Amino acid sequence: MAGIPHDHYEPTSAAEKWVERRIPIIGLIYNTMMIPTPRNLNWMWIWGIVLTFTLILQIATGIVLVMHYTPHVSSAFASVEHIMRNVNGGWALRYIHANGASLFFVAVYAHIFRNLYYGSYKAPREITWIIGLVIYLLMMGTAFMGYVLPWGQMSFWGATVITGLFGAIPWIGEGLQAWLLGGPAVDNATLNRFFSLHYLMPFLILGLTVVHIWSFHSTGNNNPTGVEVRRTSKVEAEKDTLPFWPYFVIKDAFALAVILLVFFAIVGFMPNYLGHPDNYIEANALATPAHIVPEWYFLPFYAILRAFTADVWVVIAADWITGGIVNAKFFGVIAMFSAIVVMALAPWLDTSSVRSGRYRPMFKWWFGLLIVDFVLLTWLGSMPAEEPWASIALVASAYWFGYFLVILPLLGIFEKPLPRPATIEEDFAAHYGDAGDATGMRLPGEKAGTPAE
Amino acid sequence: MFSTVTRALAALIIATSAVSAAEETHQQITDYAFPFEGPFGTYDQNQLQRGLKVYTEVCSACHGLKFVPIRTLSDEGGPGFSDEQVSAYAEQIEVYREDEETGEYDYFTAGVTDHFPEVRSVGAPDLSLMAKARAGFHGPANLGLNQLINGIGGPEYIASLLTGYTGEEKEEAGTVLYENTAYPGGWIAMAPPLYDESVIFDDGSPDDLESASQDVAAFLMWTAEPKLAARKQMGLTAIVLLALLSGLLYLTNKRIWAPVKRRKDS
Repeated sequence: MAGIPHDHYEPTSAAEKWVERRIPIIGLIYNTMMIPTPRNLNWMWIWGIVLTFTLILQIATGIVLVMHYTPHVSSAFASVEHIMRNVNGGWALRYIHANGASLFFVAVYAHIFRNLYYGSYKAPREITWIIGLVIYLLMMGTAFMGYVLPWGQMSFWGATVITGLFGAIPWIGEGLQAWLLGGPAVDNATLNRFFSLHYLMPFLILGLTVVHIWSFHSTGNNNPTGVEVRRTSKVEAEKDTLPFWPYFVIKDAFALAVILLVFFAIVGFMPNYLGHPDNYIEANALATPAHIVPEWYFLPFYAILRAFTADVWVVIAADWITGGIVNAKFFGVIAMFSAIVVMALAPWLDTSSVRSGRYRPMFKWWFGLLIVDFVLLTWLGSMPAEEPWASIALVASAYWFGYFLVILPLLGIFEKPLPRPATIEEDFAAHYGDAGDATGMRLPGEKAGTPAE
Repeated sequence: MFSTVTRALAALIIATSAVSAAEETHQQITDYAFPFEGPFGTYDQNQLQRGLKVYTEVCSACHGLKFVPIRTLSDEGGPGFSDEQVSAYAEQIEVYREDEETGEYDYFTAGVTDHFPEVRSVGAPDLSLMAKARAGFHGPANLGLNQLINGIGGPEYIASLLTGYTGEEKEEAGTVLYENTAYPGGWIAMAPPLYDESVIFDDGSPDDLESASQDVAAFLMWTAEPKLAARKQMGLTAIVLLALLSGLLYLTNKRIWAPVKRRKDS
């Protein structure tokens, strides 16, 4: 795999040979676990394992929750309270599942921004990147529909607002919205289809996760230097890499244990902190909550949706040019979805020949600003849609698009990259001394680099 | 575009003051200290029992607790009544439900497996989950971080509401509204339900308005989150075990990588 020369699995015992002749599954597992992995991966390369674990956790807890949940408007809310009060350990399952969604998004955002910084989306990993973004979109859909299931006030009104976005599409919008909802408004039909899809989509994510892993096992991992593993000979490849097991499995397991420690502190001591209090009020179509706020992980895109109001000049221009087809509401919807689509285009918008941000002096600053921008948008999404937040949100939204559409293409032209190490081995040795050579010593007083592990 | 940028920058500067100004006009919630706050806090049995008495004698005239099974009054971590006490309590309650034999709906003397009755009065919300539905303390800057210090804010809201009547009344569209400093908007349709000595406690605990309000708020926190003690126990156990596991994995990781990261100066 990976085109990186390495030892392949050879069945030795009679039993192994018997199985392997019929289905080469032991070899598949062996080659997957022993894949040569760049030895200089840092702690930002742990999120894949965290995400895989969280997916399994969500599916496992979700399957048990379904055993006790009733997908009907008359009893959905009561059945959740039944889980919280009468099902053995039901409260733990539900709190883990609800907060697990947040863990999922913390990890996915870290994973996405890791890729954006180290240029992991660049050739030849574009397909891995795009599959990842499709998984992310499915995650958002799954999380949104899952939030509707408890049938609280925010469930109901969140569903009303979000499906209303589809209603903003010209001509087909209203029909599409009614088709999604199964009626003119959010009701039992909506709850039932969301329940069905909420159960289906995690398995689509699981399937795509396998494809995601397969695709980057074909290209090999990126690494903090962005320099490819040498494929010229097995000896050289082994100097750049280490097998996934045990080196990275144990490292990732350690990181996962620390992250779960924080996770269980939240589940145990403040399980409702990330949820909205109004969702403990049963859905009521006659009482609109004062502020309808989506879950925190949707806030950056919610802020972009709301930023483009009818008094923004680009919106006025779009409205005028299209003869009113692209009105403010539809413009906001386009902007929100474009904010995600534009990420998928990053491999082609980024013109720099250097992969890793570590060797890009100007890029570092713009990227840092993008992180600030993302955090700012998250916060703005939670604030009421009024001044001064609306203006700030507009500037922050503009930067999000500007980063991908203007800054990334231009940086490749104007930026002078720093020298890169020739090999991964060289980069690793700079931090830890020469691994393969016992005499590789440091000069007296030379300090070890930051432990990138 | 440029004007938008300057507007936004100006907005950023005044933003902080705007937030604090908004909070000043907000409801006045007193940060009462409850025994179930903090990572090790649990319910005070006596307080929950007093709270149940306040609920039964005052609140239940209009409000309901439809999600709370009566039998849970004897559950671990709750008010801690004996099974006999719970049976005796249930006998005082009438519930409207289906007759298991005839299939007709009628009033019955409650059994321990019944839930508390539903709402009896139009406009009075069910109180089962009110302590979690009124969680608050959204500052600073809408991040909700002061929840970490002050607790979730729901029971504080309930106690503040009960003690927050100013005595002012006004009539609007045929409804009498009462001024209340804790209620959003400042005017509430519920008449002051609780006064000093409204409920007398058998054990001689203070029966002033402030104490009784906190007692019933604590009781409503229990109805909203009956498994609080088990949850905190799980959190603590998980943290201890995961800390241990993290430590072991850290050492394992260091050991595995040591030959690879071999260097002279360590």
